[in-house]
Amino acid sequence: MPAELVTGNHAAGYALSAAAEANRHARGATCGIYPITPQTEIVEYVARFPFSKTRVVPVESEHSAMGVSIGASLAGARAFTASSSNGIAYMVENIMVAGFYRLPIVMVAVNRTLGPPWNIWADQGDTLMLRDFPWIQFYCEDNQEVLDTTLLSFRLAEDRRILLPALVALDAFILSHTQMGTELPEQEEVDRYLPDLDLPHRLRHEAPTTLGGLVWPNVAMSQRLEIDEAMERVPEAFEECRYAFIEEMGRDPGNAIQTFFTDDAEEVLVVSGTIATTAREVVRRRRDDGENIGLIKIKMFRPFPEAAVREACRSAKKVAVLDRNYAAGVGGIFWQELRSVFQGDGDELLIQGYLTGLCGGDVTPSMIDEVVVDLRERDAMDKPVWLGIGNGKGAEG
Amino acid sequence: MTAGQGSGAPDGALGREGREPGQQDRELSREEEIGLGRLEGFATAPIPCTEECLLRAGNTNCGGCGMSVGLTMLGRALADVGDTCTLAIPACCGAVTAGAFPTTSYGVPTVCTTFASAAAVASGLACIRDLNEEPGQVICWAGDGGTYDIGMATLSAAAERDDNIIYICYDNEIYGNTGGQRSSATPPGARTSTTPEGKSEDKKDILAIMAAHRIPYAATLSIAHPEDFSRKLKTAFSISGTRFLLMHSPCPTGWKSEPAESVELVRVAVASGLFPLYEVWGGHAYRINVEPDWTDPAMYFQHQRRFRDDELDLETTRRVCRERFARLKVLAEEFPYEEAVAAG
Ligand SMILES: Cc1ncc(C[n+]2csc(CCOP(=O)(O)OP(=O)(O)O)c2C)c(N)n1
Ligand code: SF4
Ligand SMILES: [Mg+2]
Repeated sequence: MPAELVTGNHAAGYALSAAAEANRHARGATCGIYPITPQTEIVEYVARFPFSKTRVVPVESEHSAMGVSIGASLAGARAFTASSSNGIAYMVENIMVAGFYRLPIVMVAVNRTLGPPWNIWADQGDTLMLRDFPWIQFYCEDNQEVLDTTLLSFRLAEDRRILLPALVALDAFILSHTQMGTELPEQEEVDRYLPDLDLPHRLRHEAPTTLGGLVWPNVAMSQRLEIDEAMERVPEAFEECRYAFIEEMGRDPGNAIQTFFTDDAEEVLVVSGTIATTAREVVRRRRDDGENIGLIKIKMFRPFPEAAVREACRSAKKVAVLDRNYAAGVGGIFWQELRSVFQGDGDELLIQGYLTGLCGGDVTPSMIDEVVVDLRERDAMDKPVWLGIGNGKGAEG
Repeated sequence: MTAGQGSGAPDGALGREGREPGQQDRELSREEEIGLGRLEGFATAPIPCTEECLLRAGNTNCGGCGMSVGLTMLGRALADVGDTCTLAIPACCGAVTAGAFPTTSYGVPTVCTTFASAAAVASGLACIRDLNEEPGQVICWAGDGGTYDIGMATLSAAAERDDNIIYICYDNEIYGNTGGQRSSATPPGARTSTTPEGKSEDKKDILAIMAAHRIPYAATLSIAHPEDFSRKLKTAFSISGTRFLLMHSPCPTGWKSEPAESVELVRVAVASGLFPLYEVWGGHAYRINVEPDWTDPAMYFQHQRRFRDDELDLETTRRVCRERFARLKVLAEEFPYEEAVAAG
């Protein structure tokens, strides 16, 4: 498969369209679309695609974009959408419905700072605020990973064991608008990889039921338990989808976490998204200098790959978590997750949070060096460290 | 599996009551163990019902609720033409009508949508029906709150795209589900829990708004005029694109009226010119269906305790009814439906 130079948005648009097209022999596909920078090119791509059995519905808001996709999914079709930032915030009510209705909708989300202030650059706050919803979440590092993970997400979400929506996130501009060599699979390959969708609980005239009405507490609670059980099955199903992908496409779409020199590392950096590429180089260089340092890139955020992270940190004494997101009054959200993974283990493992590249700031190798130096010097966890603000006065800063 | 026992629901239709995590897994087959097609929290099998109708007995509607008559008429009109439907119902009394899961009072596939999303979800359902060339109407059954207020943009957008759905608003002029607050459909003078002194603003003219989208068909419905009601439903079934129907829906609970008087109240509303029965095609061709006989609207107001005698200005009400009807009359005479057909 020859690689083409495409942007992250192009890769995502291609994957969504090919997945929709792959369901043409079943009930087809639909998506509601609405523009927002820096995601707009994805829905423009989808709107241009010469589908055989897909309807693209240009709606009046993100809330309705997900609404249309929910309707289509309930009718048994493959459904998807894409959004970003305030668009995701506006869509939230229906994002939640897609999860609770167990609809295998796939959403590509370009991570952009939630406004105000208006800032269109990369920040994961928009998708991480969905962290308590029944959605599988992936964070990608490059455009190939965006494309591959989007395709994989359909197979995983539609798996009968799972039936949960999935979200594929990519950093604004750093990926969305940057061209990278990316292998675009042929439609026949996608057709083979994605089986026809047969949603077991789709609305049927032969079996009239009412979805979403009143439910007594115990029954509603058991629906929540089923979601929890489905979430528990995700890691295993993900591995199967990943191996099937490798078999079909001859390429690894990436593991739930990807480790780099963690086997014997005493210091471990935990990162996600595009920061991983920079951090990996810093770690490689420091390894060359004989330092005992490693890296974990977290791709799957929900369900959180707790066991894998624990395993990867087994030789670690200190962990630095770099977050391009901020939970008010708490700090970084990946940091919070890491702490809860090791909660109860005593204080042997020092887990320090660093807020880096929020609101689209560059996370440079020297900034990551700063993190390493800070981590090495500390003997106890402290409040998260904010890096990259300078004097906070813009250009002079 | 013991879950469905005693509830009359089939296996697989109920959540696992009182179950501890993992507890029942030992009783499950290998296939179920790995979770294949379980979805116990969803009714994936039909709920047994001896009577096949759209609105089943045992629904939760209050006595004298306009919805009960409207939904029954909808079911009959569909049966008359051998059609069926899927319902999309936003948050409103109509979502509660179904009763508690997994039982349901709706004899057709029904999805409860978020408050603002009935039209969008219906658009998605209709897309897939049409892509698969399947029969059956996709119908939104929504309250005035979900139509005039929170769902307005969604509905307007579906209408602008002329999505292939029927949207029926049952207008009880109040947020019934949440206990009776004002909506932009609440008429002037009506006391609600958020207009304790009586509402001072007029209600929106939603039919004009929807007709202004130039949708193929928009019409008003009254349960006091069942033949007209049923004919308009069938007209709507025979057309494609966005069809909007506005039903004046008596609500004894919100209107503080006698359930037995529901039909009489809306009959007076038509006869007095308060709620004219008319149709608009394509936003430009009009037909009035019932000429008011100018019955005094006093009874309409005096038999609803949401209005106060001493606060009513019946003179103004009578004048406004006549003026508004006169405008409609001009439209119906200048741009009659028949002419549109002849020209069309
Ligand atoms: C986003 C959102 N806001 C508020 C509510 C609460 N709510 C549920 S139904 C309702 C009023 C419904 O009024 P209407 O549409 O007129 O229907 P009715 O209850 O009168 O039948 C409200 C405010 C909700 N479910 N969702
Ligand atoms: S509150 Fe009104 S609309 Fe709601 S069920 Fe009762 S009578 Fe019907
Ligand atoms: Mg109402």
